Amino acid sequence: MRRVVITGTGVVSALGNSTASFWQALLSGTSAIREITSVDTSQVRFKNAAEIREYKPEEHFEARDIGFMERFAQFAVVAVRQAITEAGIEWTTNLRETTAVITGSCLGGRAVEDSGYWELFHNNKNRVHPLTIPLSMGNAGASHICMQYGIEGPAYTISTACASSAHAIGQAFWMVRSGAAPLAIAGGSEAPFFIGGLKAWEAMRVISKDTCRPFSAERSGMILGEGAAMLVLEPLDSALARGAHPLAEIIGFGMSADASHITQPVATGPSRAMRLALSDAGLAPEQIGYINAHGTATEANDRIETAAIRNVFGPHADKLAISSTKSMHGHALGASSALEAVVSTLSLKHGALPPTANYLTADPCCDLDVIPNQARLTQVEACLSNSFAFGGLNASLAFKVFP
Amino acid sequence: MTGLTIEDRVLKVIATSKRVPIENVHPDSSFESLGIDSLDRLNILFDLESEFDIEINDEEAKQVQNIHEMIEGVTHLVQAKTDSSPTE
Repeated sequence: MRRVVITGTGVVSALGNSTASFWQALLSGTSAIREITSVDTSQVRFKNAAEIREYKPEEHFEARDIGFMERFAQFAVVAVRQAITEAGIEWTTNLRETTAVITGSCLGGRAVEDSGYWELFHNNKNRVHPLTIPLSMGNAGASHICMQYGIEGPAYTISTACASSAHAIGQAFWMVRSGAAPLAIAGGSEAPFFIGGLKAWEAMRVISKDTCRPFSAERSGMILGEGAAMLVLEPLDSALARGAHPLAEIIGFGMSADASHITQPVATGPSRAMRLALSDAGLAPEQIGYINAHGTATEANDRIETAAIRNVFGPHADKLAISSTKSMHGHALGASSALEAVVSTLSLKHGALPPTANYLTADPCCDLDVIPNQARLTQVEACLSNSFAFGGLNASLAFKVFP
Repeated sequence: MTGLTIEDRVLKVIATSKRVPIENVHPDSSFESLGIDSLDRLNILFDLESEFDIEINDEEAKQVQNIHEMIEGVTHLVQAKTDSSPTE
């Protein structure tokens, strides 16, 4: 088994369209949650989200290509370009033929279907856009990444709701560790702002009308976000041999299913995912100094996640720090775990832990150290990143500092 | 719906949504005794909004602990709707 390191990251997010701007905003505790502007929300009961305001497709793509890529697929490619540039990958024929591309997305390009169905059902049109299928398919991000770089290796997309990109990164990690792929590009992308999607979330009654306040007594639900994050994973030995600079090591992956309820979480599944990530990593619980929590700011998630962490870590739970950066970049669904994997990577590289923003007062049922509002300069040895999807599908990734 | 009270209609919505016999649903039934979980509650709220043409906000819905309070809440919303549109 090979040790696997992260040598490049790329981010498109409401906090910034580069890893550097994303990290700066996280450290300053800036929340990107504002009133939604891309969709008319006059008929929607919630108004706020973490939208990307500074994104212009023509700055990233040729005019002739834009029409072939839905927003979520564009985000995926833009994030991959950053990650590959940072990693300094030099493509060879063999590398192109064997590199893996594994992406996560919850909705894919469903906004295209939404507008097509509007024409059908509301405007009595008899046809939809001819590219509706290739624009909306969930794997469009992975396909465009492959086409962009001529990557011909194993490529696929995982859709496990809010854990999609954690499962994608975990699979990619295992492929590189086992030698099945010499290089992997993994992450997720999402563009969930379209009226039908917003109405669906409204009907779930889990979206805050205020802001995202994870673990805080005043929390009132989740806030949607959008964007993409991608990571380049490669074996440590070959990264060092080509002179690359590892940002952090990825060392463990655990996953589990609650097998309980389609929306109501239980603590046992998340606990098992964390335990499995620790054992896959060969880490003792005491080696974990930080957990990037799933932390959606719903009452159910935050209490269950707190209980699950206490269950796994015992007395050490009071010594480790956790935070939910969804308070700043929103819940970008299938892209969230990838954004948060980048957070974990950068926390280890820079020796700093981003806060849980928008925090007001403590909830006795969420009584861990949640790094309220102020980032902390702390170098931890290892961290976990948790992702728990609707449907009870859980994933936890373990990362370790690369000295 | 003439002849049916708001209470009758709420109980009927709950019975239909949860697919339980109407005889089993009473104002003093608890959600637990009827096996109504968080997702069932979402469905019932959705069906109540359709049945009465009302909008039940998330915060008020969260406060509702039993069927009696559900009937009370719907009654208030129906009353408020009637008051605000006297011509109907």
